[in-house]
Amino acid sequence: MFPEEVLEHVFSFLNSHTDRNTASLVCKSWYEMERWCRKRVFIGNCYAVNPRVVIRRFPEVKSVELKGKPHFADFNLVPEGWGGYVYPWIVEIARAYPWLEEIRLKRMVVTDECLEIVAKSFRNFRVLVLESCEGFSTDGLAAVAANCRNLRVLDLRECEVEELSGHWLSHFPDSFTSLESLNMACLGSEVSFSALERLVARSPNLKTLRLNRTVPIEKLSTLLQRAPQLVDFGTGAYSAEIRQDVYSRLADAFSRSKNLKSLSGFWDVTPAYLPAIYSVCSQLTSLNLSYAATRSPDLTKIVSQCYNLQRLVVLDYIEDTGLNTVSMSCKDLRELVVFPSDPFVGEVDVLLTEQGLVSVSQGCSKLQSVLYFCHQMSNSALISISKNRPNLTCFRLCIIEPRVPDYVTHEPLDVGFGSIVENCKQLTRLSMSGLLTDRVFEYIGTHAKNLDMLSIAFAGDSDLGLHHVLSGCDSLRKLEIRDCPFGDKALLANASKLEKMRSLWMSSCLVSFGACKLLGQKMPGLNVEVIDERENVNSLPEYVPVEKVYIYRTVSGQRFDTPDFVRIMGKDKDDLYNLS
Amino acid sequence: MNMEDGLNLTLGLPGRDESDKESCFKNNNNNKRSQLEMNDESNGSSDHAKEVDMENAPATKSQVVGWPPVRNYRRNNIQAKKASETESGMYVKVSMDGAPYLRKIDLKVYKGYPELLKALENMFKLTIGVYSERDGYKGSEFAPTYQDKDGDWMLVGDVPWEMFMLSCKRMRIMKGSEAKGLGYNV
Repeated sequence: MFPEEVLEHVFSFLNSHTDRNTASLVCKSWYEMERWCRKRVFIGNCYAVNPRVVIRRFPEVKSVELKGKPHFADFNLVPEGWGGYVYPWIVEIARAYPWLEEIRLKRMVVTDECLEIVAKSFRNFRVLVLESCEGFSTDGLAAVAANCRNLRVLDLRECEVEELSGHWLSHFPDSFTSLESLNMACLGSEVSFSALERLVARSPNLKTLRLNRTVPIEKLSTLLQRAPQLVDFGTGAYSAEIRQDVYSRLADAFSRSKNLKSLSGFWDVTPAYLPAIYSVCSQLTSLNLSYAATRSPDLTKIVSQCYNLQRLVVLDYIEDTGLNTVSMSCKDLRELVVFPSDPFVGEVDVLLTEQGLVSVSQGCSKLQSVLYFCHQMSNSALISISKNRPNLTCFRLCIIEPRVPDYVTHEPLDVGFGSIVENCKQLTRLSMSGLLTDRVFEYIGTHAKNLDMLSIAFAGDSDLGLHHVLSGCDSLRKLEIRDCPFGDKALLANASKLEKMRSLWMSSCLVSFGACKLLGQKMPGLNVEVIDERENVNSLPEYVPVEKVYIYRTVSGQRFDTPDFVRIMGKDKDDLYNLS
Repeated sequence: MNMEDGLNLTLGLPGRDESDKESCFKNNNNNKRSQLEMNDESNGSSDHAKEVDMENAPATKSQVVGWPPVRNYRRNNIQAKKASETESGMYVKVSMDGAPYLRKIDLKVYKGYPELLKALENMFKLTIGVYSERDGYKGSEFAPTYQDKDGDWMLVGDVPWEMFMLSCKRMRIMKGSEAKGLGYNV
C-alpha cells in the first residue's frame, strides 16, 4: 500500500480522462484518492449525469468541459428548443467551485445570464471556450471582458451570437494584460479598431488572434506589427481595391512574423493579395483557406510553398491538380479537409475527384485524418487509399449526391469502405456515403474494432446492417444514422450494447414508437428520446416509425427540460397502460 | 414486440411482416419505400444500383434537410461568393496605336508575362519580341506599356507579375519611334 502522498503524486501524471476513470476503478482507496485530486472533468453528454453528482464526487475541480446537443445538430437535424442548456450547470459549479479556471462547452445553449454568472463567480477564471454554442449576445461577452481579470483565453468557435454591438471588446479594462488567445472569427459586428489595437499592444502573451470579417485588410499589418509573437493568426475579409502600398505593408508585416505557424480567415479573398503570405508559408503547420473562394492556380501556388504543413483546410477549388501539389510538397501533412464550393448537386465545374484524395494518400505518409467532399468515388480508389494509408485514424467521406454507386463499375461502395476498415486498423472515426448495402456493415462489424464514432446516411438494406454494427464494433461509443432502413429488430436485439455507448441517433429510419417505448421501459440506464414534430404525433399507432430518436446512457434518469416535441419514452406510468 | 425475434436474425431478406408496415410509411420519404420493394426483387448489385438511380428523381436532391453535411455559415458564404463570381475579374483596357478601337483583357486569366504578351500578339496580330531588363523590347516595332496607379506610363515586364497585376490600370501598345524611345531607358 502506497502512502497517499505517493499515490497523489503518481495520479498527477494521469491526464487523460480514460486513464483517470480506469484508475478510480481499481479499488476503493484509489477511487477516493483519485476523486480528491481530479482537476479536470469532461462530460461528453450533459444529460448523462447531474451536476450535483459530479460536484459531490469531484470537489477540487479547476476545469469543466461539457457537450450538449448531438452532432447532427450541426446540420439542422435537431429542432430549436431541444435542450442542451448549460444554465443549471453554471449555477451549481458557480456555487461549488469558486476557484474554477476553465469552462469548455460544445453545442450548448448559453445565455447572457450564464456568462454574467461566470464573469462574477470565479476569481481566477482563465479559459472560456464556446464551440458551436448559441443563445448569448455580445452583452454576455461584454460581461466576461469587463470582469474576468485573469482571462487568458476567449475562444468563440463557430457560435451563433446575437450581435447587439461591437462595443463588447472595449470592455476589457486597460489594466487587463493577460490575454493569450482571442478567437472572434464567428462574430459579425465591427469592433472598435483602436480598442482592438490597444488590447493587442498590451497583451505580450498573445499567441492566438483570430479576427472577424469586419477587420479590413488595410489594418492587418498594424496588428501584426503589434504582435510579432503571434503563432496563430486569422485575417478578416481579405479583400480590397488593389493598392501597392497596402500590399507592400502587408507583405512586409507577414515577413516579420517569424513565429506564425497557423493562418486562417481569408474571407472574400482578392487573389492579388494572396502572395503577401508567401514569406510565411514555409513556417506554417496549419492553414485554413476554406473561405478563400479563389481558383486552383492561386491555391496551388500557396500550398506548394508550405513544406511544413500538417493541417490543410481548403475548398474543392483546389482541384486534383492542387492536391497533387500537396502530395508532393506537404510531406508532413496529418490532416486534410476539403469542403465543397457548391454544397448542392449543381453543375460540377470544379475538377476535384477521388483522384485528389488518392494522390494525397500516396504522397503524404503521415496522413491520419481526412474529411473530403466530392462528387464521385470508386471502390478501387478507396482500396488504394486504404493500402497507401493504413495509419488513418479518421476517414470521413461525403459524396454529395446520396446513394451514388462506384462511378466506374456501378457497384455499391461496400468493398471500398470494407477495405478501409480492414486495412486501417487504428480507425476511430468513420463517415460513409454513396451506395452501400448491408454488406458494408458486415465488413465494419468484422473489422472496425477500434471504431469510436460512425456516421451513416442513405445506406443499408435491412436491420441486419445495424445489427452487424452494434454487435461487432467493440469500441463504438457514438453512432449516428439518418435515412436508413433500420428498424426495431436490430435495436432491441442489441439493447444492452446501447448502455456501453454514449449515444445513438437515428432519424428518418424505421424505428417505431412501440420499440422506443419498450426500450425505454426495459433499460432504466437509457433515455430514449423521440423527437417528432408532427402535429398528429399523439394519435399515431405504435408501429409507425418515429421521425427521430436519440438514445443515450444516463445515470440521472429522464430530464425535465424537454419541449413538447420531445418525449422520453417508457418512463411514465402511462406508458405501461398503453402497452397493451 | 417480442424481443426474441431479434435473436433469430438470418442473412436473408427482411421478413414479410414488414410489408404491412409499408402502408404507414406513406408519410415518409419515397426513397425508403422503393428500397424495401427493391430488396424483394434485385439480386445483382448492379441492377440494384440502376434502380436506385431511377428512383432518386431530381426532385429530392435539393430538398433533403441537412444534406450534404455542411454547416449553415459555410453554405451562406459560398452562395454569396457564387453570386458575385461572374462580376469579378481584372479587366483592363488595351489600346494600340493606330487601331480604331480598344480591347479589354482579363489579367487574372494569365499566369505571367509570357502568356499575356502572347495573347496581345494574337489579339493585335503583331510581334512584340522578347523582354530584357536592360533593353526592354529592343528590336521590336512595338512596346507594351501600362499606366499604373500613380498615373505613370511604365514598360510591361519590369516588376514582378503579381505587383503588375495590382498596379496596372490600363495598357497601351506603343508603336514606332515612341516605342524605340522607351527601350533606351528614358
